[in-house]
Amino acid sequence: MSLLPFCQWLAETPGSIALHESLFMYPLVESAHVLTLCLFLGMAIMFDLRLLGFALTRVPITEMKGRLGPWMIAGFVVMVITGALLFYAIPVRSYQSVWFRGKVIALILAGLNAFVFHATIDRRVAQWDLDPVPPPAARRAGAASLILWAVVVVAGRMIAYNWFDCDKQPQPHAVNVFAGCVVPPAGGR
Amino acid sequence: MNLSMLNLLPFIEWTASSSLSHAISTSTWAFAVIESIHLLALSVIGGSVLMVDLRLLGFGIKTQTLEKLARDVQPWFLCSWTVMIVTGSLLFVSEPQKLYYSTPFAVKMTCLLLGTIFALTVRRKVSLAGEGQVSPIVMKLVALVSLTLWFGVGAGGRWIGFSG
Repeated sequence: MSLLPFCQWLAETPGSIALHESLFMYPLVESAHVLTLCLFLGMAIMFDLRLLGFALTRVPITEMKGRLGPWMIAGFVVMVITGALLFYAIPVRSYQSVWFRGKVIALILAGLNAFVFHATIDRRVAQWDLDPVPPPAARRAGAASLILWAVVVVAGRMIAYNWFDCDKQPQPHAVNVFAGCVVPPAGGR
Repeated sequence: MNLSMLNLLPFIEWTASSSLSHAISTSTWAFAVIESIHLLALSVIGGSVLMVDLRLLGFGIKTQTLEKLARDVQPWFLCSWTVMIVTGSLLFVSEPQKLYYSTPFAVKMTCLLLGTIFALTVRRKVSLAGEGQVSPIVMKLVALVSLTLWFGVGAGGRWIGFSG
């Protein structure tokens, strides 16, 4: 199932066109998206470093979650809203961007990693709350989170570059497949 | 307002004609890769600044004394600051003439200079002063000044890309 028709329809809506062509709204939304990194990812990184035993080793894990969690969630909400608006402004190109698709995959994996963490080792947090260096399962979750979010950030930044855009042919076959490019078959290359 | 007020044109031209500048600006990937590292370090420096400023504002971690928290976070601040400066310098070297006449860049550099001095002097002194030595109002004021200056650095930096 392709979401391309939906994205094409979305791109024709007045709101999408207005945001895309706006002088200040688009840069403002993008700035908010980037700067909220400091809030959401900054807090998440501090939590992950605590999980790895690299920083704030004397702070209880439950306190990190309890006191930083609300800020992280607030940051995440802003990230999602501004991110959705950025997609809304440029739906087709984003949908067919290898970087955007890579970013979505990394986001899903980061979400799964957080879910597994909460469903497993975090349930027994009382046993290791004060450990300066948490148990291996918690450290693995912290390391995976750092790597996945780094991929999200880098892939997100790269969306701005058009190296692999569908309208820039020829591209390697793998790029066209992964990006879902619609390339004319005969003499298309 | 831009940096051309400082009459640095010979330096700017020398930088622009350097082989490093040429290498970065003609490479397909270099600028994007350096920029990505710059962004990753932004997340870390954002986190390390917020940890202390939120605490100064009365939010954030409470079980540690402010002093311990500030000392714990300081290495991460200094490391990410260094990465920001190194990658930022490389980005500057790749397009010095544009930045020389850019208002957002001048705003960013002013905030960076003030933010760094403030972090290493007033904010450091307040956060290491020990419990009850500094009034809560002063602590909150220090946090607000710090957050405002670093916001200026980030927003100015983002705005460079939108102008000119």
